[in-house]
Amino acid sequence: MIKPTIVLQKLIKLTIMKKLFRFFPIAALVLIFSACNSNTESATATETKDAAAKSGGQEAVQDDVSQKDVVKIAVGSKDHTTLVAALKQADYVDDLSNAGPFTVFAPTNDAFNKLPAGTVDGLMKDDKKADLQNILEYHVAVGVYKTENMQDGQKINMANLGDITLSVKDGKVVVNGTANIVASIPAANGIIHVVDAVLLPPAKN
Amino acid sequence: MRSFIKTLLLFSAAISIVWLQGCKPKGTQSAVSGDAAAKVYVAPGKYDEFYNFVSGGFSGQMSVYGIPSGRLLRVIPVFSVDPEKGYGYSEETKSMLNTSHGFVPWDDLHHIALSETDGIQDGRWVFANGNNTPRIARVDLKTFRTAEIIEIPNSGGNHSSPFITENSEYVIAGTRFSIPMDNSNGDVPINTYKSNFKGTVSFVSVDKTSGNMKIAFQILMPGVNFDLARAGKGKSHGWMFFSCYNSERANTLLEQNASQKDKDFIIAVNWKKAEEYLKAGKGKKESVKYAHNTYDEKKHSATSAIETEVTVLDSKELADMVYMMPCPKSPHGCDTDPSGEYIVASGKLAATIPVFSFTKMLDAIANKTFEGEYEGIPVLKYDAVLYGEVKKPGLGPLHTEFDDKGFAYTSFFVSSEIVKWNVKTLEVVDRVPTYYSIGHLSVPGGPTRKPWGKYVIAYNKITKDRYLPTGPELSQSAQLYSIEGDKMKLLLDFPTIGEPHYAEAIPAELIMKNSQKIYKIEENQNPFAALGDKYARVERKGNEVHVYMTSIRSHFTPDNIEGVKMGDIVYFHITNLEQDWDMPHGFAVKGANNAELLVMPGETQTLAWKPERVGIFPFYCTDFCSALHQEMQGYIRVSPAGSNVPISFGTGKTDTTSVATK
Repeated sequence: MIKPTIVLQKLIKLTIMKKLFRFFPIAALVLIFSACNSNTESATATETKDAAAKSGGQEAVQDDVSQKDVVKIAVGSKDHTTLVAALKQADYVDDLSNAGPFTVFAPTNDAFNKLPAGTVDGLMKDDKKADLQNILEYHVAVGVYKTENMQDGQKINMANLGDITLSVKDGKVVVNGTANIVASIPAANGIIHVVDAVLLPPAKN
Repeated sequence: MRSFIKTLLLFSAAISIVWLQGCKPKGTQSAVSGDAAAKVYVAPGKYDEFYNFVSGGFSGQMSVYGIPSGRLLRVIPVFSVDPEKGYGYSEETKSMLNTSHGFVPWDDLHHIALSETDGIQDGRWVFANGNNTPRIARVDLKTFRTAEIIEIPNSGGNHSSPFITENSEYVIAGTRFSIPMDNSNGDVPINTYKSNFKGTVSFVSVDKTSGNMKIAFQILMPGVNFDLARAGKGKSHGWMFFSCYNSERANTLLEQNASQKDKDFIIAVNWKKAEEYLKAGKGKKESVKYAHNTYDEKKHSATSAIETEVTVLDSKELADMVYMMPCPKSPHGCDTDPSGEYIVASGKLAATIPVFSFTKMLDAIANKTFEGEYEGIPVLKYDAVLYGEVKKPGLGPLHTEFDDKGFAYTSFFVSSEIVKWNVKTLEVVDRVPTYYSIGHLSVPGGPTRKPWGKYVIAYNKITKDRYLPTGPELSQSAQLYSIEGDKMKLLLDFPTIGEPHYAEAIPAELIMKNSQKIYKIEENQNPFAALGDKYARVERKGNEVHVYMTSIRSHFTPDNIEGVKMGDIVYFHITNLEQDWDMPHGFAVKGANNAELLVMPGETQTLAWKPERVGIFPFYCTDFCSALHQEMQGYIRVSPAGSNVPISFGTGKTDTTSVATK
């Protein structure tokens, strides 16, 4: 299991909120919103290093009507909590909420669990952010690559400039010989291919 | 129990969405500092510090904003008709939109290039490209009017344009879409792209005094997609650098097929060398067809000529003229720093910015440090020409502008931000979010040898929740940031017209001192002018009725016109006799199938009108000109074909007609 401190804290917070929510759903919402408000205000007062450090993303746009983007789909999936936590840690939530278009290869929680013990923990540390970003960028291509257009032997150059190689057999697509595409979900700003293994970027030249 | 778990999961998803969305500072409120309002406030009656010439994208027009206020000062019609100003509707302006395809009333205006002298903006002209039906326009900054439009032959779409050299020797035009050349058989299968489709870059010379454009030469290039370009400056003056993509030369699903290769190219063109070849007669004259339209300020009318020849230099055959530098991932922006030493290329799908060195490029050329050839053109080794890479600056770098302190500002579409970095050390020193998905950006003087600095303006592609909602589409947003301090500071958010792409800003004093107030009536050489009330008249020529009409506060002469018959075409030639700044008169007639006229002081413009029914038709002045503007009106009588009502006209006479129809 992964137990990085940030994720853990968030999980604890989430558990508390879930409980609150179960018994006092409205109160819980009010709490969340008021918490957010005070956050924003204090941030205004201090003129935020935070916002200045982050990219400008659409993730805060209030819109329940439009088709969900890749981030919202990932967030809504119980099988991708590790990925979502990692995206947040790497500051990629904003980016992936933008216009894209993106193809995201989204490893499941089980896929992350298959990594050697401690790998994810290590990557979630602040001083390993660049490594985490590199791995996540290796899961994202700018462009929409649908499985029906994928060809055996096709290479796709990912956001970190590393290539992935696809193999196609009997209509099933395998990435880098290890990760099976088990499902594909179209999103407003691209497509998510759920994969059952984490893609490890080749060493940089 | 199952359903309970399901519900719980749903709730948790909902909560995490709220959490994700709500619990972090939302940018603007927090990013705007306390003195932002004061920094953009231009008191009533005071002037902005800079003019900002902004491309109008799919509106086909160019807009002019004041900076720092973000106030819209003017929309200049360029490639699209503008009924508000009669542009493209009046008989005098129709020819401006003539092309080898006939009258094309719309285009997609992407990029701006202000004229330069010694690498410094001189405020004389602003050039713009028409992306769809390949054209370049020149706007005269004395009058803020489109003075000239030249069509580009052998081009599939003029995107890589009109970037200008440092003494305005040339504006350039690189084809976005490669195509079979105009004088070859174009009726070929599309999948013969690799053998039949070619690219060109055109060098359009600009006359030093008149500004008149001429296609000096074209260079035949491999069939790639030309994207953007920038002239060398200072030490690299004499070179032009183009970015290109689709070196795969795919002809379908470019989204995937043009992204196959790790690297495309920055193409370096030695145009001084090209000039030598041209002089030595190495160019081939090719027969083509393109329109060249000029507006005569004295005649107040445009003429369109169809040109039939260009001289083409072949990049494959002529050595030492064109070189290629490999550049990661579909480069988009291609920008040269104020010193001319650094060429910044942005792979739009990448998370890195390569910076090339002009000095290293010359060395690599001298030492023939090539990694091979691409379609007969030497490809320089990446490492041999690379100054360095800006590491992990963000996702999807697009364009770079420069300030006066050695910093570069690069826009990032995917990660929606501006990143400031040190040109020498390549270190990222600051970043600010933009709302949302920035395309181009502009620092006053940013593409020149002498950036004025002070501000960077972001031109964003997506607006969403930035303004009060206006249905499915919103005006594209621009954001103004101060760059005076170490950190960029968001000051202002303002809406734009069309979809802005590139823009340039220039100190106001370089333009305002030259701004023209009126057209001198004694210089009016329009053949249809009536240079005084005594020349006002109506003449029949076959089925054409020419009305030589004057307008002055607050009447038209003549204002009662009879003798027009069904089947006639009426030409209203309106001369505005005013000689007073900002005193145009408009002209509109009921049922006109085109537009109004808006006639400047001292100018003559013509509206053609074909009556489609018998009766009395009022006409009036559309531009509120005086206390008696509402009285500035008249009538024209249309009689049946074959009627014996004679031509008659007048103003102030009560009895103009002598014969009744019945």
